[in-house]
Amino acid sequence: MKFGIVVFPGSNCDHDAWYATSHNAGAQAQMLWHKDTSIPSDIDCIILPGGFSYGDYLRCGAIARVSPIMSAVRKHAEQGKFVLGICNGFQILTESGLLPGVLLRNSSLSFICKDIYLRTEQILSPFTSSLEQGQILRVPIAHGEGNYFADEQTIHVLEQEQRVAFRYCDANGNASEEANPNGSINNIAGILNEKGNVLGMMPHPERCCDPLLGNSDGLGVFTSLMQTVGLY
Amino acid sequence: MKHFKAMITITLRKSILDVQGKTVEHALHSTNFTSIEHVRIGKYVELTVHAEHAQAALALIDDACKNIIANPIMEDHHIELEEISLGEPA
Repeated sequence: MKFGIVVFPGSNCDHDAWYATSHNAGAQAQMLWHKDTSIPSDIDCIILPGGFSYGDYLRCGAIARVSPIMSAVRKHAEQGKFVLGICNGFQILTESGLLPGVLLRNSSLSFICKDIYLRTEQILSPFTSSLEQGQILRVPIAHGEGNYFADEQTIHVLEQEQRVAFRYCDANGNASEEANPNGSINNIAGILNEKGNVLGMMPHPERCCDPLLGNSDGLGVFTSLMQTVGLY
Repeated sequence: MKHFKAMITITLRKSILDVQGKTVEHALHSTNFTSIEHVRIGKYVELTVHAEHAQAALALIDDACKNIIANPIMEDHHIELEEISLGEPA
């Protein structure tokens, strides 16, 4: 199992993603430059990491969306291979249309950097298969624009097709308004595309994979993928 | 070929709560500008373009707005167009 981590100018979670996948999950991992126009054929999962690609100019993810590597990322997804967008990576995925909706400014207008709880909503996806239905994870968030928004019809489809992978909740798993850090509709923290091979999520699983840091709740996302690819 | 200057205003779609606008509105009200309402905050983009005629320029800029300059899921855009003579700084 090999991860490919795209480095955009302004990415700042790329090394964390590399460390989590290679050191903590024990997979192979390779950095990919945003100016590359193709993706090595041995890459199973592309990670679009967190950060502030292109300084968040215009809108978060709007410029990264037209980076040379993004047409190859699109092709990779069309082939049914895996794409994981974390934080700014999620924003890039919605800007590029690989996932529906958009990430608005947090309802509080503040940048929020803290640990939150997530409830695992969908365990049939390749990103969550090693988790338990309803499993509660403690994962950090660090964003100013994480307020998931889509029109009513899109939300209806996402819910009906069970494409919400993670929801913000409290320590007991209640997806309450108080547990919603940024105003996201239906406490949505992460969503899957129609085929289930693209996941975008605002929380940072790569930042909580090493037991040395006191929390390895995020590791399941990466080990699920490894299990799926079958080279565990 | 004619040259045009476009002035584009981008605002959050009406259906989306403009939290920043609301906050500024509250600030105005608390500083006694109580008659001011419906504050909305957006972006302003200026650019020049050359095209056969105004209609073609407008169509091109509209396309650019829908594709990159604005995100139609969350934003509306409004384009003002004015013809400029060659060499005139925009």
